[in-house]
Amino acid sequence: MTDEKNIYFADEADVVVIGAGHAGCEAALAPARLGFKTVVFAVNLDSIAMMPCNPSIGGSSKGHLVREIDALGGEMGKNIDKTYIQTKMLNTGKGPAVYSLRAQADKNRYKEEMKKTLEETPNLKIKQAEVTKICVENGQVTGVITSSGALFKCKAVIIAAGTYLKARCLYGETIIHSGPNGLMAANELSQCLIDLGIKLYRFKTGTPARIDAKTVDFSKMAPQYGDEKIVPFSFENKPDDIAREQVPCYLTYTNKETHKIIMDNLHRSPLYSGVIEGTGPRYCPSIEDKVVRFADKEKHQIFIEPEGENTNELYVQGMSSSLPEDVQIALYRTVPGLENCEFMRTAYAIEYDCIDATQLKLSLEFKNIKGLFGAGQFNGTSGYEEAAAQGLIAGINAARLLQGKEPVILHRSDAYIGVLIDDIVTKGSKEPYRMMTSRAEYRLLLRQDNADERLTPIGHEVGLISDERYNKFLEKEKAVEAEKERIYNTVVTPKEEVQSFLERNNSTPLKSGVKLADLLKRPELNYELIGEIDTDRPVLDSEIWEQAAIQIKYEGYIKQQMNQVNQFKKLEKRLLPDNIDYSEIKGLRLEAAQKLGDIRPNSIGHASRIAGVSPADISVLLIYLEQMKG
Amino acid sequence: MKGTSLDDVIAAISTPSGFGGIGIIRLSGEESINVADKIFKGAKCKSLKDKKSHTITFGTIIDENGETVDEVLVSIMKAPNSYTKENVVEINCHGGMMAVNKVLELCVRNGARHAEPGEFTKRAFLNGRIDLSQAEAVTDIINAKTDLSRKSAVKQLEGSLKIKMSHMRDVLLTAIATIEAAIDYPEHDIEEETYKSLFDKTTYVIEETDKLIDSADKGKIIREGISTVILGKPNVGKSSLLNTLLKEERAIVTDIPGTTRDTVEEFVNIGGVPVKIIDTAGIRETDDVVEKIGVEKSRKSAEEADLILMLADLSRPFEEEDREILSFVKDKKAIVILNKTDLTPVLDCNEIYDAVGKENVISISAKTGEGIEELTKRLKDMFLGGQIEIDNSVVISNVRHKNSLYMAKDNLLNALNAIEMKIPVDFISMDLKEAYDHFGEITGDSIEEDLLDKIFSEFCLGK
Repeated sequence: MTDEKNIYFADEADVVVIGAGHAGCEAALAPARLGFKTVVFAVNLDSIAMMPCNPSIGGSSKGHLVREIDALGGEMGKNIDKTYIQTKMLNTGKGPAVYSLRAQADKNRYKEEMKKTLEETPNLKIKQAEVTKICVENGQVTGVITSSGALFKCKAVIIAAGTYLKARCLYGETIIHSGPNGLMAANELSQCLIDLGIKLYRFKTGTPARIDAKTVDFSKMAPQYGDEKIVPFSFENKPDDIAREQVPCYLTYTNKETHKIIMDNLHRSPLYSGVIEGTGPRYCPSIEDKVVRFADKEKHQIFIEPEGENTNELYVQGMSSSLPEDVQIALYRTVPGLENCEFMRTAYAIEYDCIDATQLKLSLEFKNIKGLFGAGQFNGTSGYEEAAAQGLIAGINAARLLQGKEPVILHRSDAYIGVLIDDIVTKGSKEPYRMMTSRAEYRLLLRQDNADERLTPIGHEVGLISDERYNKFLEKEKAVEAEKERIYNTVVTPKEEVQSFLERNNSTPLKSGVKLADLLKRPELNYELIGEIDTDRPVLDSEIWEQAAIQIKYEGYIKQQMNQVNQFKKLEKRLLPDNIDYSEIKGLRLEAAQKLGDIRPNSIGHASRIAGVSPADISVLLIYLEQMKG
Repeated sequence: MKGTSLDDVIAAISTPSGFGGIGIIRLSGEESINVADKIFKGAKCKSLKDKKSHTITFGTIIDENGETVDEVLVSIMKAPNSYTKENVVEINCHGGMMAVNKVLELCVRNGARHAEPGEFTKRAFLNGRIDLSQAEAVTDIINAKTDLSRKSAVKQLEGSLKIKMSHMRDVLLTAIATIEAAIDYPEHDIEEETYKSLFDKTTYVIEETDKLIDSADKGKIIREGISTVILGKPNVGKSSLLNTLLKEERAIVTDIPGTTRDTVEEFVNIGGVPVKIIDTAGIRETDDVVEKIGVEKSRKSAEEADLILMLADLSRPFEEEDREILSFVKDKKAIVILNKTDLTPVLDCNEIYDAVGKENVISISAKTGEGIEELTKRLKDMFLGGQIEIDNSVVISNVRHKNSLYMAKDNLLNALNAIEMKIPVDFISMDLKEAYDHFGEITGDSIEEDLLDKIFSEFCLGK
């Protein structure tokens, strides 16, 4: 406990960041890069940018988040480009909006590179210490105090405490009071938050075991290789800049024997015996969950992923478990290739305190405490990418608060980041929130390939994107427009080469001349194929022609979605003043008035997404707004 | 939340439902002139867009097949000088209620949607057209409306609509969830929905949607009754028939004064089908009077009716007057009733069979009641295809629901087209989700939680 008498004044900063995981790193880098004196705390500096679970960045919708972070001037994309050991574009057959980039990371190098970046950033101090108290005076943050009594005065605090708050790890019947990976938990801050009037939830997540590569028989598994054609996460990198030798992953399966061991020992799982209190995510079920819920499935797939190039540790994706250690070892050893596997780290479930994110504004600032922000798993989300995205926005908005500027709020139609933040602060979540493409209603416009087009102007305005990068971006945009123009205006005549090309590709021959764009729109043709008859085509970077091709090929669908967005934006633009007393509005149903009072939406559109607010309530609000004008 | 849109085009019949000669359809919204242009062919001008505000243009309304629906006068009132302060178009139809309804449907098929009760006023208010003191009244209208629709919604949802709807939505959701799970969990070995299976599911849901849309038209009939006119030369037994019908089926009998001065409507429940008999010539009054007023007046009403019952006398030969009526009804929805089976038949029926078809000719005795049952059955068959039972059928009668069904169907057709062209699944999902959302507007559910629940309950995913 911090003894009041032992408190000493240590330093004065603009922004303090509590935690240096994926959210904390972005949250610290952004204000420091914008010129604000920033201090970032971690309970252990060796855990900066640690990946306590899977050794990969990206994947469906998460890859989109990383591209968006990069387009805004964040660090995650650049860091994974430096440290990946395998990369893949997923979903390439399912439509351009859901192409998803994923990379296997070298975990140690990822940490090292990020720590180095932090260390080399001007205005940024890095401290190993546990923050135990946040000082608030008159509803305004004034500083933080560490367990050793050091007082850091500041104007804004970003809490990015991850899964450390009152954390405890469960290995079957064994409970260890620690944070992830055996690191120290942060046991003091929760009480301080409760005292500040902040409502906490208790969430749960888990991670599978790590096994020794020397003890695995890879010949019994199917190797999974990376793509030959690399797509970097960062818009600043070209494929050639980051090309390197890639490492394979391996695929294997559980079987009846595995499932029998699980069923025989279910009573020893804390999930089923009731020891675990926290709410776990539906999308990260443990292997025992999967076997119980999908009893008719004869096998579940298991991916073996290397944790890095300089380690024998392997991550066993699909085998997360909170069964006791002896049961875990027995069931892992039923899997082909793992018969003799040796555990290096045992799988565990972790419980931790986090907040009900509906207490935050869309800027990620707490509604009731000026200058206090929340980001990452602390806000009830899950995943490195979700954390980094919030860290970046919280960091930017802490800086903008100090600059006296309006916060950066991304709409649902601007970015996955906008969807993520809007969801958690509007709807709240009863389980750790994971980004999914199905949550983004305008995903055709929120593609990973156009993240720069959507967000780089904002990053530039904020000050995290340099003029040089911005100008390059503008040039790229111009090149895309020029190529589109060319495709729209080029006429293809029914020459013999053209007809034979079409026939070979099972496409209807031409009766008269058509625009190249019309051919591109045919489902059976694509830009690369058409190259054969598009003889005057200029040599372009793939990121340029891909943009042009997608925009033309799917023009109809894109327009359809743009129309939806226009409707959506009209409602977003009808702003609701902060000081409305909803209980006073005649005609609002009681439930709606309560919900609106709790969430305090900033626009009519925002209000319409709150559960319990009906279209009739929205009409009443619109009328109320009109009355206010008069 | 869908369905809250500030300036899409809304359309409604703005004259009271009745039998006045003129009906007005009002459109409001930024695009309303464009909507009208799609179905309007001016006598002199090409496009309404070029017309000045507050002008009236003569022309015709044309349907998709290029056929004329009605001759109309179209008034244009451009924003902000209109009732709603938006672009407003009023189409004055002359061809009676059938034409007015048809024109409204055409507007909806060309980009407008049915207005909700009070919606024109709501827009007028939101756009600052109406005085602030009227604000509360508007709030009340909206609340009253939702209370009403909530009551009727609850009633409907308790019944077969709910079962029907949730079944359709479930089929659709399974298709969507398979696509979504495959997209969000590419590393998992989900058996991807094949295009064939997507095709089957989508086709099935389209068929079911069509049935519900059909029921919407039936719903209208059930609410308003089949407007029916009885024609026949004097003394064939029109009044006896009416009296027989009234005596036989006393279930729904009300007097509703019509909108024209001298029209009275009788509601008769014939075999569960509400029939509205329009009494223009005063059939119930003495035969003498009927004879004097003659057939001419009934003929006008008959032009607008859903059904004509032509009455002939079996005990007398076919006369010129009968022929005149027969030639009038033969291309309309009509049943020819041969009355007086209780007397010796004299009439040669072949001429009638040739004109309207034997199946539309029924012999009765209004006096003894013989044949009335057959008439009842024929009526039911004609309007309900003989397939649905009115009392417990799924009937869509809510304007909003009908809108939602139409929009869902559009999306489903797009999806079907995309499936046939083997377009990537993400695009197919886009239309399927919109369709699902439109269905959700009917049952009040949103896609997001449904979908996540479905994904996680049906597929085994995770680390």
